Amino acid sequence: MTDPAGLYRVTRLIRRFEERAIELVRAGIIPGGIHPYLGQEAVAAGVCAALRADDLVTSTHRGHGHVLAKGADPPRMLAELAGRATGFNRGRGGSMHAADFSRGILGADAIVGAAAPIAAGAAWAARQAGSDRVAVAFFGDGAVNQGVVLEAFNLAALWSVPVVYVCENNGFATTTRTEAAVAGSITARAAAFGIPASTVDGMDAEAVFAAAAEAVARARSGQGPSLLECLTYRFDAHHTFEHILRPRYRTDEEVALGRSRDPVEIQGARIPAASRAEIDARIETLLDEAVRFARESPHPDPATAADFLYAEGLRPRAGAL
Amino acid sequence: MPKLSYLKALNRALGDELARDEAVFVLGEDVRAAATNVTAGLHRRFGPDRVLDTPISEQGFAGFATGAALAGRRPVVEFQIPALLFLAFEQIANQAHKFSLMTGGQARVPVTYLVPNSGSREGWAVQHADHPYSLFAHVGVKTAVPATPTDAYGLLAAAIRDDDPVVVFAPAGALGLREDVDFATLAPVPLGSARIHRRGADVTVVAIGHLVQDALATADELAAGDYGDGALPGPVSVEVFDPRTLYPFDWAALAASLERTGRLVVFDDSNRACGIGAEILATAAEGMRLIAPPRRVTRPDGAVLPFARGLDLAMQPNREQLRRAIRQVVGHAPLVQTRPAAQEAVL
Repeated sequence: MTDPAGLYRVTRLIRRFEERAIELVRAGIIPGGIHPYLGQEAVAAGVCAALRADDLVTSTHRGHGHVLAKGADPPRMLAELAGRATGFNRGRGGSMHAADFSRGILGADAIVGAAAPIAAGAAWAARQAGSDRVAVAFFGDGAVNQGVVLEAFNLAALWSVPVVYVCENNGFATTTRTEAAVAGSITARAAAFGIPASTVDGMDAEAVFAAAAEAVARARSGQGPSLLECLTYRFDAHHTFEHILRPRYRTDEEVALGRSRDPVEIQGARIPAASRAEIDARIETLLDEAVRFARESPHPDPATAADFLYAEGLRPRAGAL
Repeated sequence: MPKLSYLKALNRALGDELARDEAVFVLGEDVRAAATNVTAGLHRRFGPDRVLDTPISEQGFAGFATGAALAGRRPVVEFQIPALLFLAFEQIANQAHKFSLMTGGQARVPVTYLVPNSGSREGWAVQHADHPYSLFAHVGVKTAVPATPTDAYGLLAAAIRDDDPVVVFAPAGALGLREDVDFATLAPVPLGSARIHRRGADVTVVAIGHLVQDALATADELAAGDYGDGALPGPVSVEVFDPRTLYPFDWAALAASLERTGRLVVFDDSNRACGIGAEILATAAEGMRLIAPPRRVTRPDGAVLPFARGLDLAMQPNREQLRRAIRQVVGHAPLVQTRPAAQEAVL
């Protein structure tokens, strides 16, 4: 069932989280920068609204939206971005790997497309265990030319794996336009494997939700994988380093046009102004607390740098005698 | 006592682990028909949900295994050809291996990668003849190279039960070995525990995988004072040290061996530069007892194994080279060495 207020809350949370995170990048609190999810909020919100709490998700280097939409706690998320010991990954992952496994998020992967077979394997294992859990693998248009993604499509289709592949086509693989990188079409890649594929307006959270709900139901009922191509637009930089380097690969006019269809505004217009204001206020309070938590959290002890390298027991030799 | 072949030991370990733990499953190319013989009979015994034939799609099914492991399974991935590890390297070294640390310990990836026929096989050469165990040890992926049927059983079983990714190399040169074994004594061998196949007083030969048998044969010859070239400086007592796993490496056992012998030769089927032999020599030089400069016998730098048999063999470490290295090390006037005050804490 569509929940307009719930979808708005998630798009707005992601929007404001990313804006606050960019402030923290500028303030030097988040080292190295982030890949902002700004403009793509409706995709994560719509897809994750179609999932159960025990469903599985693999995320990407531009993953904050997926992780928040799957229910992760913003303060611990922001603490991870700031490299603090209180983060989900205890400061070991940072922005590109921040993920809360207790929410069914099987990691955020910084190699484009690499999680496509991981999601398939997890979904297969869940089905083998007798559950009806579904896995979603998010990736961008830049991933559809990676061999490993096509290998994963083949495995998922062959074995009728309950996985939904969500391609966020934001128009650019870093600075390269989709049409300069993708021969044929994205959906035709899936169709070649007999995987049902559809293209949806990725700026409309309700449209994404409807398409995702259909794909998730298909997977849950044993009918195998689907591909959802969500047409969206990246409002901000590929990475915050662009704020300094300012590479010119799209015009201001194009960006303005892209931003004119704002997924947060589109969804916000569907709910009463009063409830919208209330949601906004609650999010500000939550994010104020998240920023305070991230700033005040301790840095990990350098003596623990090699912790978690192995599951248990094994400690690597030190790099110096 | 019944005979156990190396190949049958791998097969038996897989069967025992599949029977013991429902989380275990096997996947790879042609595992149903058992093209390598390692998985013979397993599909019939455990069915298609536990023994999965994959398409030729190494990166894909390596990643698939990681996902299944994250969801609670213990996959064993068979690679028929060692070079296939290069195709799956990203999924092993950059994904499976890094999940534990980069998630702050939220994730475990208990995948075993089994490589029967690693190293050279006559008539295969070039793209089927690599022995890339040093590559995985360098990256920090747990790496086992069993030398005997008993250890093949024990190390594969331990790898499957381990909560981290482990690569198990089964050298082609060892697959034909047979051993008298009391099956009731077969058991997992802890990763990181070396085995001394033969005690000796004069020199420690660290031999890896199939080269252990060559080292033992050479030790026999030298014990009889036979250098094979008429030069007869007298019998030499060789200790044959098999690390069994290259990562983790049993440095404490090596230090103890060198306390006894003070001389070291490494016999290693890796390329010379940055091979595990280089690491063993460096570690020994930094903190262990050495009374003569150590030697290593390896493949050449950056070796590519040519096809013609003579050329192929010319690239591989051999017994003649080992004998020569031992003679150089043993014949060297003892160095006056102050023992390190405190042995480096090595694990």
